[in-house]
Amino acid sequence: MEINEKNIKLWSSIGPRATFGLSMLDLIKKYNDLMILTCDVSTSAGLDRFRKQYPDNYLDLGIAEQNLIGVAAGLASEKFKVVTTTFAPFQAIRCCEQIKVNLGYMKEKITMVGLASGLVLGNLGFTHCCIEDVGILRSIPNLKIISPSDSLETIKAVEASLNDQSSCYIRLTGGSNNPIINKKDYDFKIGKSILLNEGKDILIISAGSILNECIEVAEILKNENLSSTIINMHTIKPLDEEAIIKHAKNKKLIVTIEEHNIIGGLGSAVAETISKDSKTSKLLRLGVQDNYSKSGSYKYLKKINRLVPEKIIEDIKKNL
Amino acid sequence: MERVDEIKKFSKDLRKKILHTAFLAGSASAHIGGALSIADLISVLFKYQIKNFTKKKNRDRFILSKGHACLAYYCALNLIGSISDKELETFEKDNSNLAGHPVKNRDIGIDFSNGSLGMGLSIGIGLSIASRKKNDDYNVYVVLGDGECNEGSVWEAAMSAPKFQLKNLYAIIDKNNFQQTGSNKEIMDLGNLSAKWKSFGWEVLEIDGHDIFKIKSCFDKSNSFDKPKLILANTIKGKGFSLTENNNEWHHAILTEKKYNDAIREIETKDGN
Repeated sequence: MEINEKNIKLWSSIGPRATFGLSMLDLIKKYNDLMILTCDVSTSAGLDRFRKQYPDNYLDLGIAEQNLIGVAAGLASEKFKVVTTTFAPFQAIRCCEQIKVNLGYMKEKITMVGLASGLVLGNLGFTHCCIEDVGILRSIPNLKIISPSDSLETIKAVEASLNDQSSCYIRLTGGSNNPIINKKDYDFKIGKSILLNEGKDILIISAGSILNECIEVAEILKNENLSSTIINMHTIKPLDEEAIIKHAKNKKLIVTIEEHNIIGGLGSAVAETISKDSKTSKLLRLGVQDNYSKSGSYKYLKKINRLVPEKIIEDIKKNL
Repeated sequence: MERVDEIKKFSKDLRKKILHTAFLAGSASAHIGGALSIADLISVLFKYQIKNFTKKKNRDRFILSKGHACLAYYCALNLIGSISDKELETFEKDNSNLAGHPVKNRDIGIDFSNGSLGMGLSIGIGLSIASRKKNDDYNVYVVLGDGECNEGSVWEAAMSAPKFQLKNLYAIIDKNNFQQTGSNKEIMDLGNLSAKWKSFGWEVLEIDGHDIFKIKSCFDKSNSFDKPKLILANTIKGKGFSLTENNNEWHHAILTEKKYNDAIREIETKDGN
């Protein structure tokens, strides 16, 4: 798939899930040993065309996620490139022990795509939202966790993961008409963060589609003479510790912003890193404050969880 | 019959090895009951049914999903020359490759780690699908426990194998009627396992899991069935030593020198099985 302005706009409009499905139609031409395994979610994953065109490379395991991971591990051990996908809570949590034993302990290599993580399915309630996946999976050795910032980064993350030695969990956030964070082609490496903006006062570290709010925050703060560095920490594990340590000094505040519980996710990972260096600044962790709220639209849930620019700015100012 | 006698001898040697290794484990304790209940099944598999196990090509795949019975697996690997006596003696010792549940180690014939129950059959399904995709002619054998069939994930796997028409897949259930803290009936009644698996679309073959001739014949005739095969093997937990037979105290226990010697004496004096 050609990376150009038109396609970037198209992918942004269809959102990361459909873009993932589209990218599979491209990747199957490159990797004929690619197998996609799903749990009755081909439509939600944008895989309906793939399912029809490549039935030999597509397996539907039905609504049975534990079996999904085991079957995937069996195929992976026979050197197939395996992608599993279902909604994030079912992909990451329902079959957590299968992930631990097959992918962590045995190091069978697959790529897991967690659909609609974070708060985007807020109308459906917290069975379908996912604010725990990073925290849970981060504690399993030999797994990598990637949270792409937009549709283009989703495409890059999936292919990078296929070629990585370790199993990867790709956490898709945001819906259709997803904001564009990466406006043109760029170099994506698992574990290497991307500097989106450089400023001297505040360090913002974030991942996923919520990075769009971070950019808005930085723009508003700039008008108030506060300049911000923004890091797109697309890989949450392994964390780009070098970049954090480098930018975490002499700032008025370090802020992590994530569509995840503040326990266990990116904020925790950053806290673990900066605790190794006594010269870093104070850390403010923004995200879901360890609770399950009432359901509602994506916009509503971001608002009540204080993940909208005006609330983020309020919280930053309170901590300066 | 010559083959049957060979397998019987293998099975006798396997039981002695299992008990010897359990004895050497000492206070670390070992899962003895479940290892002895699968000893005859494992003997037919490793001495007869599984092809090219120590080779690279066209190698049948084996998964011990009831990983706690690993003594039978390790000792069979020892008898076929994949694990040395010296290595076998490290069982459950510090820094050993041979933990109380199998740890993936392709060099010695362990393709997958097991121990957490209910995971092996799903992997077997993946392997079986892979064989078809790669045109690689191998069979997949997965040994499960009856207690293990309490796990919901077993039934997720059971549901999916017939969908994919995996005729090279064998699930073998060691139906010894016990699980960790009591009989199946007390802890979780499994009802009619044969009818359950049949209704999921498997070819079910029920056998005496200690009759070497019948186990072998069962595998021989199973080739003709086009469905995934479920071999329901009726066994006795702790089989081979009167003290441990049907005695669930030997699920996981310490084998003292005296009891070890008694067991070996009893096995030596028995003619075949």
